[in-house]
Amino acid sequence: MNPSPPPFLPGGTVYGTLLNFKHELALWAARAAEPPYKAPPQAPVLFIKTANTFSPQGAAVALPTDAPEVEVGASVGLVIGNFESFRPQPSVNGSFSAINNEASFALPRVVGCVLLNDLSVPHESYYRPPVKFKCLDGFLGIGPRCVPLTEVGNVNTLKLEVRINGTLRQTVDFHTLVRDAATLLADVNAFMTLQPGDLLMLGSDCLPDGTRPRVRAGDRIEISAPGFEPLVNTLVGEPA
Amino acid sequence: MKHARIAWAGAIHDAIESDGQLELRTPAFRGRRLAFHEVVWLPPLAPAHRPRTILALGLNYADHAKELAFKAPEEPLAFLKGEASLTGHRAFTVRPAGVTYMHYECELAVVIGKTARNVKQADAYDFIAGYTVANDYAIRDYLENWYRPNLRVKNRDTCTPIGPWLVDAADVPDPMNLALQTTVNGKLTQSGHTRDMIFDVPFLLAYFSSFMTLQPGDLILTGTPDGVVDCQPGDVIVTEIEGIGALENTIAS
Repeated sequence: MNPSPPPFLPGGTVYGTLLNFKHELALWAARAAEPPYKAPPQAPVLFIKTANTFSPQGAAVALPTDAPEVEVGASVGLVIGNFESFRPQPSVNGSFSAINNEASFALPRVVGCVLLNDLSVPHESYYRPPVKFKCLDGFLGIGPRCVPLTEVGNVNTLKLEVRINGTLRQTVDFHTLVRDAATLLADVNAFMTLQPGDLLMLGSDCLPDGTRPRVRAGDRIEISAPGFEPLVNTLVGEPA
Repeated sequence: MKHARIAWAGAIHDAIESDGQLELRTPAFRGRRLAFHEVVWLPPLAPAHRPRTILALGLNYADHAKELAFKAPEEPLAFLKGEASLTGHRAFTVRPAGVTYMHYECELAVVIGKTARNVKQADAYDFIAGYTVANDYAIRDYLENWYRPNLRVKNRDTCTPIGPWLVDAADVPDPMNLALQTTVNGKLTQSGHTRDMIFDVPFLLAYFSSFMTLQPGDLILTGTPDGVVDCQPGDVIVTEIEGIGALENTIAS
């Protein structure tokens, strides 16, 4: 009998991306021109999810008493591999499909994708880095598996479904990214070299009204996508 | 004791400072002494068992906040860095082509020694392993007002020299009473004092640990005082903190 491997956890730094869905960026267009922003973002807007945020599959996330309600940011992370290229060679017996090869070639050094639940304390302003809103203990649901890129195919056509207590609350369509996976990867690597084990989150979308799904203690969050085992986390109150 | 981590003779070694030399601690060469110029200096940090959390402070000295035309913050202005931005003593830091303003920032770096969660200010020093010097370079051309200071300004390859030593906390009786200075090609350009921090080390440890658990080896870069200037390729920058060390860095194109 094969014991199942432990849930995936990142070996490196997890970088998140803000405003990488067209709908949310459009909602921000008017505000972006005003102070304190004064102009829409040019380079990718990134943040870091620190190691204390990592919650493996099934983990209960404790909400602090001063944040009874938090936002779900359903996303996919690109898992960065070694600097050497491990691109699969076209196979004579056709075991790799054409699209899988295309996906691998388009995302250099990416070995796979992982589902992410980027929890945040709701914050109105994107002016200052969101450390105290995004880096609370347990605030990044991860996994449960890193799915090889050859199985994922084209990342930019993924659709995630977010269910809260079994009810479908959001569908996230990665066809509507501002920077698609390859563009984001290139624009980030232009100023900082992603390291083996690092994760680059493609971003999370908002709901039509600009908010994100809100969750409270007792809620069960499930993020699913075709080809991925669903990522499940539950929220609990802060231990006394 | 002052600890270093160095590359020498094809491998990485732990070392300590001894009579103006490095004394190796790795078993195969234990006790062997090397001159400072014989080694490659790495960040003075043991490998972390999980991705290292590197917190940094903006505008944490009243004079620097004034210099940058901001009013002093009411709570810490914190941002995060990835470990890949770190580099060692006597390293090169790359100035991107075509930028107009790249400046150093001499900072006292706190290295966490024990798992820290909900730490009280009065107990904060119990959770500190030691101190080192960080030079938290910024390239102001890339500032944007989104999660500012943004990572393109603050998280670049080679742009966070740190070291040369990790000095045991026991050897730093009062980290809030240390002079800081920076020289560029031998000329004094920055001079300050840790007593002028807006949020001191115990406050910062209590603040961060109130919402996030810090682990041994995690870092807090505590901000820089007044006196930052542009640095050009070839410039030799020495950021120094009294009793902690003098961290040398050369700008490369």
